[in-house]
Amino acid sequence: MTSARRRFWCISNLNSGKLARWAVTLPPSLFLVVFFLLPALIVVAASLREPGEFGGLAPLFVDGAFTHALTLDSYRFFFGDTIYLEIFVKSFFIALLTTLICIALAYPLAWLIARSPKRRRDLLVLLVILPFASNLLIRVYAWILLLGPLNLLYTPVAVVAGMVYVHLPFMVLPLYTNLEKHDPALLEAAQDLGAGTWTRFWRVTFPLSLPGIFSGSALVFIPVLGMFAIPELLGGTGDLMIGNLIKEQFLDNRDWPFGATLSLLLTVAVLLCAGLATLAAKKSFKGTEAVT
Amino acid sequence: MRVEPPPPPTPRPGGGGDGGSPPISGSTRLARPGGGARLWLWAASLGVYAFLYLPLAVVVLFSFNDSVLNAEWVGFTTRWYDRLLHDGDMLQAAANSLLIAMVSSSVATLLGAMAGIAMQRYRPRLLPFLALTPVAMPEILLGVSLLLFFRQVLDLTLGLTSILIAHVTFSIGFVAVIVRSRLAGMDESIFEAARDLGATPWATFRRITLPLILPALAAGFLMAFTLSIDDFVITFFVAGVGVVTLPLQIYSMIKVAVTPEVNAVSTLLMLLTLSVVILAARFAPDTLKAKA
Repeated sequence: MTSARRRFWCISNLNSGKLARWAVTLPPSLFLVVFFLLPALIVVAASLREPGEFGGLAPLFVDGAFTHALTLDSYRFFFGDTIYLEIFVKSFFIALLTTLICIALAYPLAWLIARSPKRRRDLLVLLVILPFASNLLIRVYAWILLLGPLNLLYTPVAVVAGMVYVHLPFMVLPLYTNLEKHDPALLEAAQDLGAGTWTRFWRVTFPLSLPGIFSGSALVFIPVLGMFAIPELLGGTGDLMIGNLIKEQFLDNRDWPFGATLSLLLTVAVLLCAGLATLAAKKSFKGTEAVT
Repeated sequence: MRVEPPPPPTPRPGGGGDGGSPPISGSTRLARPGGGARLWLWAASLGVYAFLYLPLAVVVLFSFNDSVLNAEWVGFTTRWYDRLLHDGDMLQAAANSLLIAMVSSSVATLLGAMAGIAMQRYRPRLLPFLALTPVAMPEILLGVSLLLFFRQVLDLTLGLTSILIAHVTFSIGFVAVIVRSRLAGMDESIFEAARDLGATPWATFRRITLPLILPALAAGFLMAFTLSIDDFVITFFVAGVGVVTLPLQIYSMIKVAVTPEVNAVSTLLMLLTLSVVILAARFAPDTLKAKA
């Protein structure tokens, strides 16, 4: 092949390569910009609008004239009454409690799976995920059946039970992935140095598993914070969470600006939690690097 | 919070079984607390597995119970299934759900495959954020933002179209992850070889990439299918009043009264998603982890 021809090939390959690049990148990007990014930005704008007379947002055109009046009313409303902040705090508390119970339940299971023979591991993992493949409502409904006769339905206990049940696999999987990577030689070394079972756990295994715990916690904490179906179906009137507030504004009260404000505040809370969890996981990972 | 004492680093058969009590002690050097800790771990894990499966088992069991009350076992019957078959609303909801799942998962597979290929090969900066954030954030936020977008910006009447768009939006990320992990496991040199032999990007895609990612496409399609047919939260916000899907129908039934018919439809839906998920796992073993 002459060098001129080779150059031609390179150039044409470059061009069609670029074409291929845009052909696969552009359609999904465009779809998601329109149907995910844009709607997310519109929530911000909507939170600054007045509510409309018949629900929704105030119209942008009044008597043919464009109105772009923005207002902080919704934010004033939120911070003006402590009941909304109280519900936020309560939601955080429920999410925290759910996360802690998930850690306690997931740990022995993740450990057992990580220490099982390799061929049995996949089956044990599958058994954790399978109930998770069923519909959210069915899993919540199952607890209505279970807790009804125990007189626990419509209590905070029922809400937390449902939350733990629905989100447990999110904790087991990252924890298992972490525990599986531990080098057994570390525990043997600890034993040789005279550490008992308990000491070996707290001084070796637990610190090493912190990255797994943090990423699992983010996967549990965040969806719990925004959940509305579980408090609505299992909780009483006093067990409302952020998600219920948002749903109420959009579907019952029809105060969309306030609903958008609540969604935005929830988003900020979620981003903060995700950021903290990533930071904590990175920090503890660096710590474990130093150990190994 | 319960934290299980760890087992010894290597399984040692026939260790001193101390009746399952946790060996919390400063055990002497070279002690072998084999059986006790292992037994404890197994017991705790079995407890958690029971916690995962018992509620669903109750739903299935009571779907065959010959009593309107979900309280005690009276006798075996299939009449709740029989009633389902003659429930016009339920059949309509099932038909809607199947239609939405077929269409949305087809579109999501196409766009998700593009996104997966793009993410693996060209490392775009924005696309991973666009595809994966809808998966990671609380569902209610996507539901609310799409509701705002459809009603206030597009002025779209809520119904089939809005549900379809919403389902595609949250499914793209799952398909993309499955396709990308399939591509990541492949040797880059086969694509280079094709290019060196003068294949155009389209020919390389059709003759090499496509056959190789076909199992991932099948798995992604099936996963998107179960996500769509199971989705409640997002559908709840964007469905409007005209179109009812299976989860929405179940929700309104649970809200009104707990009837054994709910058990029957739940059992059938569980059976469907379970078999689809297991099928998906056969095509791509990592699929299940992608879902969680």
